Amino acid sequence: MITAIKRIFRAGFVGFWRNAFVSAAAIFVMTVALFVIGATMMLDTLLGVSLENIQAKVDINVYFVTSAEQTEIDALQRSLEALPDVAEVVFTSREQALAEFSERHQNDEIIMQGLEELGDNPLGASLSIRAKETSQYEGIAAFLKEQQAVEDPSAPLIDEVNFVKNKEAIEKLTAIIGAVEKSTFIAMIVLVAASILITFNTIRLAIYTTREEISVMRLVGASNMFIRGPFMLQGIMYGIAAGVLALLVLYPIVLWIGPETEEFFQFNLFNYFVSDFAYIFTVLVGSGIVLGMISSMLAVARYLRV
Amino acid sequence: MIYFDNVSKRYSDGRSTALEGVSFQVAPKEFVSIVGHSGAGKTTLLKMLIAEDKPTEGQVFFESLDVHQIPRVKLPKYRRKIGTVFQDFKLLPHKTAYENIAFAMEANGRSDDEIAENVPQALALVDLEDKIWNFPGELSGGEKQRVAIARAIVNQPDIIIADEPTGNLDPIATYEVVQILKKINDLGTTVIMTTHNKGVIDELERRVITMDEGRVVRDDNQGKYVL
Repeated sequence: MITAIKRIFRAGFVGFWRNAFVSAAAIFVMTVALFVIGATMMLDTLLGVSLENIQAKVDINVYFVTSAEQTEIDALQRSLEALPDVAEVVFTSREQALAEFSERHQNDEIIMQGLEELGDNPLGASLSIRAKETSQYEGIAAFLKEQQAVEDPSAPLIDEVNFVKNKEAIEKLTAIIGAVEKSTFIAMIVLVAASILITFNTIRLAIYTTREEISVMRLVGASNMFIRGPFMLQGIMYGIAAGVLALLVLYPIVLWIGPETEEFFQFNLFNYFVSDFAYIFTVLVGSGIVLGMISSMLAVARYLRV
Repeated sequence: MIYFDNVSKRYSDGRSTALEGVSFQVAPKEFVSIVGHSGAGKTTLLKMLIAEDKPTEGQVFFESLDVHQIPRVKLPKYRRKIGTVFQDFKLLPHKTAYENIAFAMEANGRSDDEIAENVPQALALVDLEDKIWNFPGELSGGEKQRVAIARAIVNQPDIIIADEPTGNLDPIATYEVVQILKKINDLGTTVIMTTHNKGVIDELERRVITMDEGRVVRDDNQGKYVL
């Protein structure tokens, strides 16, 4: 058994070197395929991050009347936080609202003057609510509407809910996010399928050149595993080499594009490549190994049929 | 040892027939020649024996084993009982004579020590001790065929099948190859050979099965080439 494994390994390595040209061709094609997979991975991450950024900017704001009691606001905040769809509720006090307002308009004398003349703080406290998914805002808005409905009309708590204003924008964004996710998924599947087909055909071509050898092996009574083993090993070696090469090609590209993405998406792709290198390495080299092994197995199977 | 029981082979187009009701048996240590024109069914017959091809009707037995009932995974093990020699030698061009023979032993899972011992012995049997490290491209046709025979016998099979082993050889090389097959047979291995070389058959004076259009037309114990 050990001798057989040793021989399979030796035959695999010898085959790899003796057919150096064919090996190089197979590795080249697989490198391209794995590069496509790697690049799609990067694009997907980038899209994911930018979608998250956009989603983080969407929220519902509840503005309270200036006379609202803090205990009532706290009670509403707690019941909002208890909703399963709510990711975060941020409270802004009247004082904070005023400070922010003043800062924003510090160069506008008329507004600042008007504010001074008022003497009192005209702004109410507010709650800003973020949902886990953009599609869940509808439900939260409905919940707030219910709250408004049960309020005592003579002493209302909530002054305004701004979801209705944002409603159209939120719906549009939800649709865009869904479409982008769907189309990148389809693109990825098409690219991966094309890569697999091309790799499979290249390896089949590589094995075609040794079909004579396979027929002689069968003739002298070599078991199927003894024949298949070296080719599968070669496929695995192609996969490892191609995976490492694809990473080497990706490296300078993300290094160059990193600062650009930092500026545009607030996300440095190069830092991601470095910090998640183990994951990217595993995915690329792993898919290379699987791709090479399965392609070799299928390609040899053709010549093993009796 | 080998039994062909009413074996027929028809191809799917329904018209061409390779074998028609072939029955014969081969005893251990026999040397059987199968003769006939091209297309008479000689090679198909041998393919049936090594389970490369399935009969449309009838059965082929190797001892008590129905050859075509052997599960696919067990076929390699069965084929190791049979050494095969072909007209076109089927040597691996990138391996030396030694490696070509060692390869057959490796495929059979033999140890490195056995290989180091048996390969030179097999090459000695075919008088090629001095060409042990030559590649097939550096050998003559007769020498290549002798390497192929050494490869066929190195695993000590029960039977040697030789399909037109002298088809590509000049008269002297033909003589040498037939002498070697005879020697192997004398050492106790059954040999089945196909040929259409009249000189070889008449010289051998062993059993001859004559085939024509897929049928056995003659079966003589000390036959001559009659067609």
